[in-house]
Amino acid sequence: MTTLHTPLTPSDIHLLREGEHVLLSGVVYTARDAAHKRLVELLDAGRPLPFPLEGSALFYAGPCPAPPERVIGSVGPTTSGRMDLYSPRLMREAFHIMIGKGPRSPEVVAAIRQYGCAYLSAIGGAAALTARRVERAEPVAFEELGTEAIFSLTVKDLPLIVTNR
Amino acid sequence: MREITAAQITDAIAQLCVEANTHAGADIVAALEQARAAETEETPRQVLDTLLQNAKIAREDNLPICQDTGMAVVFVELGQEVHITGGALDGAINDGVRRGYREGYLRNSVVRDPVRRDNTNDNTPVVIHYTVVPGDTVTLTVAPKGFGSENMSAVKMLNPSDGLAGLERFVLETVRDAGGNPCPPVVVGVGAGGTFELAALLAKKALLRDVGTVNPDPFWDDVERRLLGAVNSLNIGPGGFGGKTTALAVHISPYATHIAGLPVAVNIGCHVTRHKGVMI
Repeated sequence: MTTLHTPLTPSDIHLLREGEHVLLSGVVYTARDAAHKRLVELLDAGRPLPFPLEGSALFYAGPCPAPPERVIGSVGPTTSGRMDLYSPRLMREAFHIMIGKGPRSPEVVAAIRQYGCAYLSAIGGAAALTARRVERAEPVAFEELGTEAIFSLTVKDLPLIVTNR
Repeated sequence: MREITAAQITDAIAQLCVEANTHAGADIVAALEQARAAETEETPRQVLDTLLQNAKIAREDNLPICQDTGMAVVFVELGQEVHITGGALDGAINDGVRRGYREGYLRNSVVRDPVRRDNTNDNTPVVIHYTVVPGDTVTLTVAPKGFGSENMSAVKMLNPSDGLAGLERFVLETVRDAGGNPCPPVVVGVGAGGTFELAALLAKKALLRDVGTVNPDPFWDDVERRLLGAVNSLNIGPGGFGGKTTALAVHISPYATHIAGLPVAVNIGCHVTRHKGVMI
């Protein structure tokens, strides 16, 4: 099976086929509705983002709190369509991949082609299993948003399906 | 009058919150296993294997099955010979959810105001539906509802002339438009009749019925079977990646309605459609 490791380059994406199963390792950044709104506000204000977007993987996810002696609680993808409004702006800014569940809008699919990015699907609802693939979790920005804050997750062999590229 | 304390209610609710989020129902697991056996393609099989394995890990590790541990919806069947002492019933239920979500390391997913959106950080307030019933017991059911599936739900006021064909078309359209978003295979709850708000409540309650049970009305049982077949021909499949299993069940709750109307509500439940209940 194809394996991917962050940080990614456009050539990593170039070889992927839609429908292909891949395993992703490295750092992914969680960002969902509230974080996306803030990221785009930062860009629009001409201010820097709180993490390096270039070559990164955005994971549309809000984890459960970590129980004692665990790295993270259950974590899995949320519905990607709610991020459609923000994604083209982020893709214009820097090359990256997106991870979520469900289909993207025609505008996002077009932007993915235009900027050479990719959208990969995780299996919705398999969150206890996914938690086992997370080796490290650290807050990065917007901690006041609770589960909607941006966390960096170090993942090992996160199973994904290439959906748009 | 039988006395039940507010503290008893709080304890029960806290426990049900954790149990519902970590222990998939036996009916759901059986239905997922049956679906796994029916799929012939590689991807839907893999997705169903993953979901079954996930449910097993959640139970073993006492972790939530899904990170979206939902907005807590609580159904209360309050016996009319019961007297709740030591506090307000409403408060006791909210306390139970607060405690269950904190002690169970469940996610706080509730915002105070739909537009201003500050997280309340304790997953309250709770959505509570009361019914008063004969007897001296209280039955509590906690149904944590994730919004991946809730967002895909819909209500429509059909005309009487739309009839069964209109109802079936609306259900199919709603499931088709939901696609992979609600974490299929889904459970489809349908409320038919009543008024605008009752149809929605009936649809929600239809999700509490165990998967694999038969509708007591043979007419509606037949409609449920036919609709399930139609839904599973949509090729949305497990995870939305295609396959034979888009839904595990279609449950329809009918009710009397007005001569001028045919309200229909479709509430989509995800692959695990969580609910746990207890009688006190």
